[in-house]
Amino acid sequence: MRRTISTPGQTQALNEVALSGQERREQWTLLGLSTPAILVIAIVVLVPVGWLFYLSFVGSDGQFSLEHYKKMVEYKSYARVFMTTFQVSLLTTLICIVLGYPLAYFLAHLPGRWTGLFMLAVLLPFWTSLLVRTYAWLVLLQRKGLLNDLAMQIGLWDSPIKLVHNMTGTLIGMAHIMLPFLVLPLYGAMKKIEPDMMHAASNLGASPVRSFWNVYFPLSVSGLVAGALIVFVLCLGFYVTPAVLGGGRVVMVATQITAILEYQFDWGAASALGVVLLVATIGVLYLAGRFFKFDSALFGKG
Amino acid sequence: MDNTTALPISIRSLTKKYGDLFALKTVDLEIRSGEFLTLLGPSGSGKTTLLMAIAGFNRPDSGSIFFGDAEMVLTPPHKRDVGMVFQSYALFPHMSVAENVGFPLKLRGIAFAERKARVEEALETVQLSGLGERGIDQLSGGQRQRVALARAFVFRPRILLMDEPLSALDKKLREQMQIELKHIHRQLGVTTVYVTHDQREALTMSDRIAVINHGELAQVDTPEAIYNKPSNEFVADFIGESTMLPLTQDSAGRLTFGESVVASEAPDPSHNDWSLVIRPERLRVLAKDASAGDQHVMFSGTVTEAVFQGDTAFALVKLRGGATLTVRFGTGAVSEGSRLEAGQSVSVGLIREDLILIPRESA
Repeated sequence: MRRTISTPGQTQALNEVALSGQERREQWTLLGLSTPAILVIAIVVLVPVGWLFYLSFVGSDGQFSLEHYKKMVEYKSYARVFMTTFQVSLLTTLICIVLGYPLAYFLAHLPGRWTGLFMLAVLLPFWTSLLVRTYAWLVLLQRKGLLNDLAMQIGLWDSPIKLVHNMTGTLIGMAHIMLPFLVLPLYGAMKKIEPDMMHAASNLGASPVRSFWNVYFPLSVSGLVAGALIVFVLCLGFYVTPAVLGGGRVVMVATQITAILEYQFDWGAASALGVVLLVATIGVLYLAGRFFKFDSALFGKG
Repeated sequence: MDNTTALPISIRSLTKKYGDLFALKTVDLEIRSGEFLTLLGPSGSGKTTLLMAIAGFNRPDSGSIFFGDAEMVLTPPHKRDVGMVFQSYALFPHMSVAENVGFPLKLRGIAFAERKARVEEALETVQLSGLGERGIDQLSGGQRQRVALARAFVFRPRILLMDEPLSALDKKLREQMQIELKHIHRQLGVTTVYVTHDQREALTMSDRIAVINHGELAQVDTPEAIYNKPSNEFVADFIGESTMLPLTQDSAGRLTFGESVVASEAPDPSHNDWSLVIRPERLRVLAKDASAGDQHVMFSGTVTEAVFQGDTAFALVKLRGGATLTVRFGTGAVSEGSRLEAGQSVSVGLIREDLILIPRESA
């Protein structure tokens, strides 16, 4: 048996030193295990973002300057790009909410054996290439596309309607791609609502409509906010779909960054746009975080 | 609460099938105005199905449910005006305690001031005064149970339903709440239907117990009658501890078990096969020189096991006929049973007034 050495005036309990040493070693081991992940994140996220940040403050003469940010304020076209970006993101999110809420409700209340099948239908687009899905919409929506042909055959309208290379096409494509991101957290939140909650509401005298608005909806709202936020933030930086289905008429920030790099090779201006978008996104998340308590779906706490 | 008028419930030929299985098989049950009636049965017996049918959460296949004179079987749950305490409590986590309790009042259009007063009054009844502003997640299990109860009676329903409301509480709290619920029931005077699978809880709380098995009522009676005069094997076996001895009828018409004469005649001459139900605590250990008299039916055998359990002790006595009786006795200094040891031969007696004879069901 080992004995602890006690200095005068301070006695130590049996094995106190050895036990606390063991605890410390365990903590160091855990830290050691997560080091690779921390390093990877530092290299692939922090370094590039820092570099971007640095570039945005370097003028055409190689000196520190705010010229890229000044341009953004001075030229109306930049403001328009940001306006379009927020508009498309907001509208896509709203369309996803309108379509996704009933869909998630339907999924959450299906009898068990059907859930798998319908869930597969929701998730299937997730496993197909984004580019393929976007071009598929182009085929469906163009002037001589399936949708126009069909509608004219059954006499819904006489001449082809412009469904693509504009805002309409962009929103249709974006909503389709973003829908699962809204449905999944919402479905999770709805699944957690006990059937007894609704029984209790109606037992206490609430009509089905009141039960929904007073009990069901408030209990599902955390999932709805989480899903809507994911969709909105993903939309802010989205590139492929607005570029293909917008046909150059729907210019969002990501599209603009590509244009600046392709035609002007101006890394500074492109970086500045990226930084503003990043700050705007963080701002949205922060504001949302202040107004809503988040579901575990997003930030891992209840 | 003064303006609560309790309503009787009348259930007539209520039937509900799940596939080929009867959850309820033409159930007829009259629940008296203001009484505390417990639906008691094993899991899957149909007791919860019956309660949910009364609340309106499941639709029976046929039959009637009357509250007073009003047929309710087609009425949706939100128009039935019955209070209910759920097993899971089903408290709304996005509302405070006061908002939960005030919810049914708000739905009934009761103005803020009166609502506030009635919520406070209800919380006082369940001994939660001053906790109105708390969130549901800040409450202990017992407190949640009380909030669920307050919410169920605050709108003065004339019928109160409870679905195993105490099953999530630990034993001590559960026993305390049983007495409290009984007390609140007396205070409110509301017709109460209570579901449990715990026979002790049912015996403790009820005015009457409806024992239910395989979707049918096995017996409906007071706790004393259910325990002392079970009318069939299921009730005798399900409620309390019991040993069942099959009796034979001799040429003189007497019912006997081995050499013990249990009864001089069958309670009902139309039935031949009878069983004797013996409650362990009704048996007495007799002195060595005792003989069967007019007061006792006597059984003799050998002790195979003697077990001490604190408040009581029991011994297993193997009779010469082959059956084994359980004898339960006190553990006090003068208890006759406390000196029993395995291997000892012993005689036990059952007072004739405690005889329970039930017709044996042919297997």
